[in-house]
Parts: sequence; C-alpha cells; structure tokens
Amino acid sequence: MITITVGTATCGVSAGADKVLETLSSLVQEKGQGKVVLAETGCMGMCYKEVLVEVSNGDGKFLYGDVTPDIAKRIFEEHVLGGRPIEELVILHNYQEGPEEGYLKRQRRIALRNCGFVDPMSIDDYLARDGYKAIEKVLKTMSQDELIEEILSSGLRGRGGAGFPTGMKWRFARQQPGSEKYVICNADEGDPGAFMDRSILEGDPHSVLEGMMIAGYAIGARNGVIYCRAEYPKAIVRLRQAISDATAAGWLDHTFPGTDFSFHIKIKEGAGAFVCGEETALIASIEGRRGTPRPRPPYPAVRGLWGKPTIINNVETFANVPWIVLNGHEAFASVGTPKSKGTKVFAVTGKINRGGLVEVPMGISINEIIYDICGGIKDNKKFKAVQMGGPSGGCIPASMGDTKIDYEEITQTGAIMGSGGMVVMDESTCMVEMARFFLEFTQNESCGKCTSCRIGTLRMLEILERIVEGKGEAGDIDVLLELGNQIKSTAQCGLGQTAANPVLTTLKYFREEYEAHIHNKKCPAHSCALLVNYVIDPEKCTGCTVCAKNCPVNAISGERKKTHFIDQAVCIKCGKCITVCNFDAIYKD
Amino acid sequence: MTDKLVHLTIDNIPVSVPPDTLVVDAAKQAGINIPVFCYHPKLHPVGMCRMCLVEIGRPLLDRASGEFVRDADGAPKLQFSPKLETACTTPVTEGMVVITNSQKVADARREVLEFILTSHPLDCPICDKGGECPLQNLTMEHGPGQSRFLFDEKMHLDKHVPLGELIYLDRERCIQCGRCVRFQNEVADDPVIAFSQRGRALEIITQSTPGFDSIFSGNTTDICPVGALTTADFRFAARPWELKAAASICQHCAVGCNIVFNVRREALQGGRMVIKRVMPRQNEQVNEIWICDKGRFAYHYVESPQRLTQPMIRKDGALIEAEWDEALDLVAKKLTAYGASLVTLAGGRLSNEDLFNLYSLTHTQGGQAVLYSYMAGGDLTAQVGIPPQTDLGKLGAGCVILVIACDLHEEAPLWWLRIKAAAQRGASLIVLNPRTTRLDRYARHVIRYEYGAELAALSAFQPQSRGDLPEPVRSAVKTFQEAENVIILYGSEGLGLQESKALAHACAGLLIKTYHIGRSNNGLVAAWHNANLQGAWDMGFSPINNLAETLSKAGVTYVVATDPAGDDPQLAEALQHSGFLVVQDILMTETVKMADVFLPAQAYMERGGSYTSGERRLQRFYPAVPPPGNTLPDFAITARISQRLGRTAEEQSPARILLQIAATNPAYAEMDYQLLAQVHEQQPLMGRHDLYYGGTTYENRQGLGAHLSTAASRVEPLNIPDAPPPPVFPVQEGLLTVVPTTRLYDRGSLLIHSNLLHQRLAHPTLTMHPKTAEAYQLSRGQTAVMLLEKTPYRVEIDLDEDLPHGIALLPRSVGIPLNAPQAVKLRPES
Ligand SMILES: Cc1cc2nc3c(=O)[nH]c(=O)nc-3n(C[C@H](O)[C@H](O)[C@H](O)COP(=O)(O)O)c2cc1C
Ligand code: SF4
Ligand code: SF4
Ligand code: FES
Repeated sequence: MITITVGTATCGVSAGADKVLETLSSLVQEKGQGKVVLAETGCMGMCYKEVLVEVSNGDGKFLYGDVTPDIAKRIFEEHVLGGRPIEELVILHNYQEGPEEGYLKRQRRIALRNCGFVDPMSIDDYLARDGYKAIEKVLKTMSQDELIEEILSSGLRGRGGAGFPTGMKWRFARQQPGSEKYVICNADEGDPGAFMDRSILEGDPHSVLEGMMIAGYAIGARNGVIYCRAEYPKAIVRLRQAISDATAAGWLDHTFPGTDFSFHIKIKEGAGAFVCGEETALIASIEGRRGTPRPRPPYPAVRGLWGKPTIINNVETFANVPWIVLNGHEAFASVGTPKSKGTKVFAVTGKINRGGLVEVPMGISINEIIYDICGGIKDNKKFKAVQMGGPSGGCIPASMGDTKIDYEEITQTGAIMGSGGMVVMDESTCMVEMARFFLEFTQNESCGKCTSCRIGTLRMLEILERIVEGKGEAGDIDVLLELGNQIKSTAQCGLGQTAANPVLTTLKYFREEYEAHIHNKKCPAHSCALLVNYVIDPEKCTGCTVCAKNCPVNAISGERKKTHFIDQAVCIKCGKCITVCNFDAIYKD
Repeated sequence: MTDKLVHLTIDNIPVSVPPDTLVVDAAKQAGINIPVFCYHPKLHPVGMCRMCLVEIGRPLLDRASGEFVRDADGAPKLQFSPKLETACTTPVTEGMVVITNSQKVADARREVLEFILTSHPLDCPICDKGGECPLQNLTMEHGPGQSRFLFDEKMHLDKHVPLGELIYLDRERCIQCGRCVRFQNEVADDPVIAFSQRGRALEIITQSTPGFDSIFSGNTTDICPVGALTTADFRFAARPWELKAAASICQHCAVGCNIVFNVRREALQGGRMVIKRVMPRQNEQVNEIWICDKGRFAYHYVESPQRLTQPMIRKDGALIEAEWDEALDLVAKKLTAYGASLVTLAGGRLSNEDLFNLYSLTHTQGGQAVLYSYMAGGDLTAQVGIPPQTDLGKLGAGCVILVIACDLHEEAPLWWLRIKAAAQRGASLIVLNPRTTRLDRYARHVIRYEYGAELAALSAFQPQSRGDLPEPVRSAVKTFQEAENVIILYGSEGLGLQESKALAHACAGLLIKTYHIGRSNNGLVAAWHNANLQGAWDMGFSPINNLAETLSKAGVTYVVATDPAGDDPQLAEALQHSGFLVVQDILMTETVKMADVFLPAQAYMERGGSYTSGERRLQRFYPAVPPPGNTLPDFAITARISQRLGRTAEEQSPARILLQIAATNPAYAEMDYQLLAQVHEQQPLMGRHDLYYGGTTYENRQGLGAHLSTAASRVEPLNIPDAPPPPVFPVQEGLLTVVPTTRLYDRGSLLIHSNLLHQRLAHPTLTMHPKTAEAYQLSRGQTAVMLLEKTPYRVEIDLDEDLPHGIALLPRSVGIPLNAPQAVKLRPES
C-alpha cells in the first residue's frame, strides 16, 4: 500500500493545498483504488516549502515541496504509479537526506512530535503513537501530588509567554479548597505572525486534549475549556472532531474504571481581541462579559472561571505534558539549560530563507536557529535583528545573535521569550518603523481600561508617527523613554506593561536610527517612504527619458541623452522611477 | 475585638483596620489621602485609572515556620514589590508597609494625570464640574505644571450626547473611569449604560430605549469625577462656587432622603434666590449618598407660574385677592358659627408642625381631622414599627424582610436599593405580590397571590398555620419561622383604604404573635405614598372610608395641601355640597377654584419643619429659598386662625411646636431641633474637600435626625384595634376588575410641574394579560372607555404576559380616581 499525505494545515491551504488534495483525490479515485491511500496531516514545519506532499512506499518516505496541482499529477504518475521518485523535486528522504535536511537536523520535536505525522482527524493515528497512554498511566499509577511533582521536576514552564513554572501553577490550584475547578487552554494566539498554537491544534489536537485531562486530574477539575480564536476555523473543526472522537472512544465524558475521574472539554470561540489572551480577560470573555483584564491577585488559580480555582495554560504547554508523563521528567529536563528545560516552538518569519515552524532545544542560540536551521537571510542580505515575543517583546540585534534560547537570557536583552514569534529583519528594515508597527498594534488592541495603556501608548505612537514622517523633534527620544518606562510601571496588565518593549529595545540597540530620522530626516534603512530621496546617478544615467515619462508628478527633468535630475521639492516618493529605470541609475538616499 | 484587626503602617503612621479593608480606605482612616478616580467606596474596585499607585512592602514569611523573617535588630524584613501597586484593589495584610509620599509615587501620580490631561479638553471655564471637579483638584495637587504634548493631538469627540433626556455625556471629558457604569450595574442594577469600543476609542453608550432608562440616573453625575456627565437640569445653569447649600429632606416618598437644595441669586429672575439643583446629602442610615431622579428633578413646582401668593376671598362668585386679616377673620367667623361641623382634610406633604397645629385647631373645635390617603396602619406602625437602632443598611444574615403588596422600586426607590443590598448581604427577602416586580430577583422566596388575596397569602405565616403548604410557600414560611429578626413592609399594590387597613392589621398581628416587635431590626413599615403620612398619623390624622359623604355634610371644610376636587369628580361634587370651603395651598388647583377663602402657604423649602419617615425617623428640613409674596407657613396660618378663636397657638417657631409635640406624644418625648441637628462621623467619609473620593454628595453637617421609639419598644401596653372586616374583592359578571398600582412618575400635583420628567410620566393606561384583553376584544394601543362611578374615562390598552388573568392595572394619579379595586364596565372607543 502506498500512502500519499498532504499537509493541509492553514499554512498549506494558503499555499494551495486544497487544490493539490483535490487533484490527488480524483487521481486516486480514477487510478489508484485499492493501491493508494490519500491522507491529510498538519503542519510539518516547512511552511516555506508548502504545499508539501509525502509519498510513502516500500522505498521509504519521500517529501516533495512547492507542489502545485501539475506537479502533483507528475508525482502521481511517475512516483506513485511508476515507482520512480522525481529526484529533483524531493526535498527530504526519510526525514534525513536531501536538500532540506538541515532544517530538521538541529530540531528536537516534543510538542510537535506528532505534527505532520498523524492525520489530525484520526484518533487511531494518535493512539498508534502512544496517544492517551499518558492519561492512562497517570490514572493507574500516579497520585495527584506525584503527578504535580513530576511536572515540577521536569522544569516545564508556561509556553504562553511569561514562563511561569507549570507545576507550581497546578499546585496552587490543587491546594485550593472546593470541588469545582477548571482547566482552560489558552488558544487565543493573538501575536501577529505567530502560529505555533494553531499548528499544534491543526496538526495534533488530541495531544492538547490529553494534556488538559492530565491537568484536570492533577488539580481535581472535571471541566476544561479551550478558548480558541474564531479566526482559526480549521483548528476549531479539528478540535471538535477530536473531542467527539475522544468522547466516543471513552476518553472524555467517561468515568475511568477504578477512579472517579471523568473529564469534559468544551470549546469557546474568542472574538479575536489580543487582550483576550490575557488570562483574566480570557476568563471574563468566557463568562460572557467584556474581555478586559482585572487586577491580580487574586490569581485564577485562586479565583478563576465562575469564581472557582482555575488553571490556564497555553496550547504548547499542554502538548508537552503527555510526553513528560510518558518519558519521565528526567528525559525532559535533560534537554535545555539549567533554568529553561525542554524545547520551544518558534514561528520564524520575515526576511529568512526557510520560514516556518521550528522546535528547538532550549539553549540553542539565535544564530543557530537563523543560519543552521532556517538557512540564513533571504537574498543574501545582512541579518540586522530579530523581534522576539511579538508586540510584547523586543528586538535583539544581530550582534547579540549568540544569545541562547533561555527565558532569563532573553529577558536580559530587553526582549522576552514570548510565545514563539520570531520576526527576522535584514538591513532594509527600519527599526523605528518596526517599533511603530508593533506599538500601533498594541495601541489598537489596548482594552482601554487603564489610563496609562489607553492614553500613554497613543501618545508614544503619535511621536513615532511624527518621527517616521520626518517631523521628529529634539527631545522626542527622551519623552519616548520616559513614557515607555511610565507605562511599564503603571499599566494594569501584561499588554500595557510590555507595550513599550519594542520601542525601548530599539532605542537601546538602534538609537542612532532614531537620531538619523529626527535630526537628519533620514531613514538609514531607506525604508520610510517620506524620508527617502530618489537620486539619479549621473555616471549611470543614459538620458533615456523613461523615468521622466513615468513620473506621475513630473518631478524629473532632463534632455534626451543627457543626465536627468529629480526635483526633490516636487517628488512624492512613489518610487516609480526606480522600478522603470533600466540602467540602475536611480538610487535611494 | 482588637485581635481581629490588621495592623499596618502607612507613611509611618500605624493603622489598625478590619481584615479585607483596602489600602486606600485604610489610608483614609489614618488621615492620608490617596488620590483616586475610578475607585469609589460604594463600588467594587477595578484598578482602572492607576491614580492610586503606591509602594507596598510586606514582611517576608519564613515558609517553614510561618513566622516573619527578622533583621538583626528584630524588625521584620520587608519585601517591596518592584512595581507600584494600586491601593484601591489591594487589601491590607498584617505588617504591611505602605508608602504614599515617595518620589516614585509622586512621579506615577503626575504621569497618570498627565496622560489623562492630554486627552481631556480642559474646557474648565465652561464645565459644570469646574470648581467641584476631582480632576481639577487632583491636578492642582499632584499634576504636572505643563504638558509635554501637542495640544493639536487631542482627540475631538462629541460634547453634547444626550444619553437620555435627563443626562448628557461629554465624550471629550470622560476619563473612562467606569464609575457610572459600575453604579448602574452594581448599585442600581439597571445596566443601561456600558462601555463600547476599546483602547482610546473606549466610550460610554446607553443600551436602553428610551436612553439611560433608570430612575437612579442622576447619581452618576455626582460620582463622575469630571464634567462628563451632567444633568439636563443643571448643565450650564450655574457655577458650583456661586451656590449656597440648604439642608433638606426629600418630599416625594416615605424614605425621607437627605438632600441639599443648591440655591443662588438669579439675575434672570429679578435677583431672587432660586433653586438650581437638588443634591444628595449623606445619611448612611437613610439614603447613603443616593437619591432617585424624582427627588432630584421634581422640585420645579416651587417656581411654577401657578404659585398663589395672596389670600383670596370669594366675592360675587369670583375669587378676589384680599389681605390676610380679612381672609382669616372670615374663616374664624365661619368656624365660630359652624363649630363642630368642621372637617379638616390634610395632605401628607405637610410637616409635623403644620399637622400639629391643624389637629389642635380641629380637635378643640370638635371637628374631624381627616388624612387624605388611601393607605392605613399609621397607628400600628407607631406601636409595632421598627424601633431605634434599626438600620436597613446593616441588615444581613438572620434577618427576614417580608415585603407584601408593594412595587418597592416604584413606591420607595431608595428602600428598594437598600433592601436589595440587604438581600445581597444575606438577609432573606420574602416577596409576596400578585405580579412580578423588580424586587423579585433578590428574593429568597417569591410568593404570588391573586389580587385581593393578600390576607390569605399572609395567613400562611401565622404560627398556628400548619398543614400541607404548597411550595414555595412552605420554604418561605420555614425561613420566616427560623428568622431571628423580621421586618414586614407593606405597600399599596392593588389595595384601597379598606384593604390597606386589613392588611396592616394582619401584618401587625403576625409580628406581635411571632414576637417580632419592640426590638431593633423587627417591626412593621409602611411604604407611604407621601413624605409625612406617618407624621400625620402620629399627629392624630387618619383617613376615612366615606370621605365624599363626610365632606358633603361638613359645615366648614378646611382643605390643606391637597386637591381632592382635581383628583376625583365625586369629591368635587361633595365639596359643592359642603358648607364653607377654606383651601390652603401653594398652587392653583381645582379645589382652590372652588374655595370660599384661599390661604396661600409656603412650599416646604421656603420654611423649616420636620418630617417623620416611613421608618419613623424624625428629620429636619431648613429654609432654602425666601418665600414669595404674601405667603405664610402652614403652621402659622393655622395658628393665626386658632388665635382668632381665642386659643394660644405657636405661629413663629416650628422648633417650639416640636416641643409641644414632644410634650404630648411619647414617641416624640425626647425630640427637639437640636437633637435632630446632631451629626456624627459617618463611614465612608464623604462629601468633604476630597471630592474625588465620594463624589459631589454633600457631607451631612445639619443633622442625621433621630429614630422614634414605638409603643412596643417603650414596653407600653399595645392598643391594637379589632380586626376590620375583611374587604371583598369586587368581581362582577361582565365587568372587568381594575386594580390601582403606584408609579414613581405619576401625574401628581407637584411632579406635573417638572417639564424634564414629562417624557417618563405614567399615562392612563390599562394593562392586562393578552387573554384578558381578548375576552374584552381589546388590543394593544387601542383606546377604550371605562365607566367609573358613571363617569367615562378614556384609557389606552397595554398588554403584559406576566400579569394574572381577569384583572387590569391602572396607575394611580393619572387623572382617573381609582383608589381601590373596582369592577368597571369597559368598551372599545367608538
Ligand atoms: C496581552 C496578553 C496577551 C496574551 N495572549 C496570550 C495568548 O494568545 N496565548 C497564550 O497562551 N497566552 C497569552 N498570554 C499569557 C496568558 O495571560 C497566560 O499567562 C498564559 O496563557 C498562561 O499559560 P502558560 O503558563 O502555559 O504560559 C497573554 C498575556 C497578555 C498580557
Ligand atoms: S494595560 Fe492596557 S490592555 Fe491591560 S488592562 Fe490596561 S488598558 Fe487594558
Ligand atoms: S462618564 Fe464620568 S463616571 Fe462615566 S466613565 Fe466617564 S468619567 Fe467616569
Ligand atoms: S486604579 Fe485605583 S483608583 Fe483608579
């Protein structure tokens, strides 16, 4: 039997996986009945190579990248039916050899152990890979306290951003009196550019359900809620399926023989506000109130959903749990650094050759991720910085590329580990603009509850907007620094407290870029449209007049065959001339 | 007791406060002001504005021993959190050290203020709050002298948004503290306004139609820390610093809310002193710091053009202005001639002093002192009412409050607030009413009975009643029987005078039988429909069943502060038949038009006096504005008549009249004006210079009043009359039984003069179950004609699925004289 597997997570679908799947499915119907099985799987991590198709036969597993419906036809005819792999299109053979082997080599898959290997819609696939063995082990052999001790010793820390020790959180909740408690899975994933949680939910939903059940047993909860953003329709569909399969198979809503433990999970769709990822806002939202944070303490472990003790963990955190239970805390703790154990999933995006989902052992350096795994910067440009932790995080400059993936070490830089967003920037990225972009995001997403975040971020944003438009004034940097620190110390929730991080870190590492914008009205990265001058190089200009003809405002003058000239006072910086010049004679200054 | 306190220091001042006290309140008790915007001592803290940030250190605990870790010198080692903490959301803990006067704290305050100010219009010169504005005051104290931001970057937003017709919102001024929203949610339980949008776009909106549909809406303007919320009444009307404040008592229901009339000289009105607004005055035992919108907006009658200010005498059929002496001489002459056939009909808004003089006059004449009221039982509340030391604001677990035949939200709004809060604190509320009311949602037990069956419903609670009670009655009775304290409150839902008498008697009987009398937190309360009906009973007045007949037979009728002819054509006819008619009032009414002599009285805010509230708290009000024209206080007019009849009567000083009352009525024995003017410190401390804390409510400096004793609490023998005959509920084939209900915004003779409230006034609407309407072939919105004592009245039909079948509701005081359940003929208007 030959199996064809198509990656149909959101990353695949957006690259055209639906079409590929359709093509293959009709081919299988037509010519492959009884010989070929067509399957789907979640994100395999190589988002940059989507659509991914794997052919698995007696000769091993062959992974094809950049598959189009036409290529799919060829694969079907030549490889599946003909038995000859299309060598030039295979990117990986048996996950080991091939042009893309570097991508996987340095990775270590714990949270993503099943992603890309199982059909997420099939509980049998999950069961075949030790699925629900962990909860079974827990129920049969571990007391609640032993379980919590196990998670504590593993060193697992929350993957949702703050890195709070998971075992400690569970212990607080366990110690609370009362029989009504809740487990919440935070699948709100609001960071722009982050898709770690989505990939896990789409690729391996059962591992999250199992993690939640284990947590439920640990703290004495009977109910779980997955708070998933409504913008993840595919994840929700797969979660629904997984819940109904797990229920039918007797894992959920079912009292385990010999125990009084049964667990129920429901899904709550979030309305897509970033702040709803904050745990108290999330709880308010589940309860049907406005999703705004409230002061802590009391922490949710003491007073959470419906006023009852509640633990909230991130998707990735839960996905790690069954593995720890099955493999033991030593196995987990053997990976990583003294204070950061295990692995971390990152969504690497931006100016990078192999953008996608990577899971790396803690302790690996940023440079290793960028160069060894992700193949370096696109178009041979220079690595400038990486933004970690999304809008709450900060940027780490290339000069600090040796920084290790470790909660404390990253925090030292002013950035944060965050939930796993990693935006790679090259020399053409303006750091002021980058800071502005993230601040605009947070400013938009501020719930408006507290003064410093509601108004303070707006004031900062206004200043940044002026700076990138060339209207910055002396003293702006000082005000930005002051405001940033004020908001940090006076805002109520994490959103406000971290909102200034992108600004503060870029000010720390790229202050000269701010100064260039403010004092010289220049954008060193030549990226801020209003600060760029388009200039004609007299050496190269042939006087072909193409630029002058194309300028929408007639800013370019010059006679045929003579050097042309751009009148900066008239130019509207549209950049049209640079694209039409055939002699590379126009440059940005 | 002291071991229950938590000890901490705030700026090195040691403080001991009960556990769960918030740092901000603990500081207040130590005399340290922590500035706040969003926090309000009557609302749940939310930590929104960040104004109250302080440094907090806590002693380190040794995990093993649970003891404090100590330095070499024995002082507990402190751990300060790296971030400032909000004093408004942080409860005190043992050994806590709070620092509010450090540079760090000062910086945070300055910065938060700077943020707020950068998105605030700073239009103080035209802002109604200017002068009593927390933002203004705190900026002066803690703010930056200068802004670092460009004025042009300020957002411009709508400045005159009517949330409803009573409250306007200025979106630019709002600082998003959420006090208004929380007040409506938590205190008023009318979630009709809310936050919409997020981030800097966060704004207040109304979610109800009509807008801001809440009878407590005005309170939000008191606690709004800026000029974002203003009342339609006061906006752009005056500057706070021009206003003088006169303490008073609200006149519009039995609660007796403590208020202030803010007055100033008005150029537009010829330099007269006029009332500019009504504000609450703190009395934690009565209204805390709240008042309802009726109390806030219904004062306008005092400046009505229909005020009458000169005595009048009927000459050749017409009322002609006369001098006081002439008018009073004429009255005295008639009284001398007709002596004992005097009938005095008094309204419930008269003060105790007025009523005392009136009663003395009537009594010495051998006449009859009649109270114009459809409720009874004032004699019973005087004996078995709630005695001193009873505080609705403190009732909680172990207390039963049984409310019967009452739509409390409409009949006595502040009691509704306080009983709701008592229920939320753990008091067991039992509600017996024929239809759903807004009190039901807080009740432990709700019992429905059919209109007319209130006595039967109550009888289940009699100690001897056993047998098989159905649920929910059985559990309610159990709760009742297990209660340590019981208060019974009755209203006038669906009742006439006879029914009221029977119900009051039954309630009193039940309390006596179950020994819930004479002790604090036990007894009977009536939700009277006027401010001083209890006082009127105490002064000797009571209502009668056959009012029309009595009036028609009177030789002299003396009608004071009420308008029977305007209310009821039958009474108008009776007055036609009565002998000499003396009418004493402040405004032109139908009754005045019939008078032989008219005597112009002063409105209560034009003179001093006292009211006895439904809880039997005696409270004093003060003159606020000078009386117009040739008017006199009611007590003085009556005194002058008495004097002409050769008797002594006090006409100058209400204080002296109260002393006379004290000498004759044991409940009032220790009462005098000095006592009523006494105050003590109230918690939470409000209404002082720190407006940011409690809002613009007034501190009570003019008197908290005094609770009257009852016969039971004085351990005197009770004098309970025999049970009145049980009334028969009128049901007649082919006729529809209509029952009266009470509405807050009725068309009463005072309320009608406040244009602001016109949109909300009740209409002559007959509300019934759709099935009932069907039986009479009526539909919603249709006009029908209802025959009452042969007079046809047009009514509009409204439907309500929640109502019982076979009856219809009609509000009182909407121009149709239905004062008791009555079977009427109804037909669609042709
Ligand atoms: C503004 C804001 C947004 C957040 N969004 C998320 C999110 O999308 N997903 C998430 O897991 N945690 C998010 N968090 C962190 C959660 O509040 C919480 O710490 C986390 O879910 C705990 O799970 P963990 O211990 O497994 O990390 C957010 C926090 C803040 C302040
Ligand atoms: S910091 Fe921002 S997001 Fe968080 S509560 Fe305050 S306003 Fe809302
Ligand atoms: S209107 Fe006033 S009370 Fe309401 S949120 Fe705005 S500032 Fe606060
Ligand atoms: S945050 Fe404490 S008063 Fe507003």
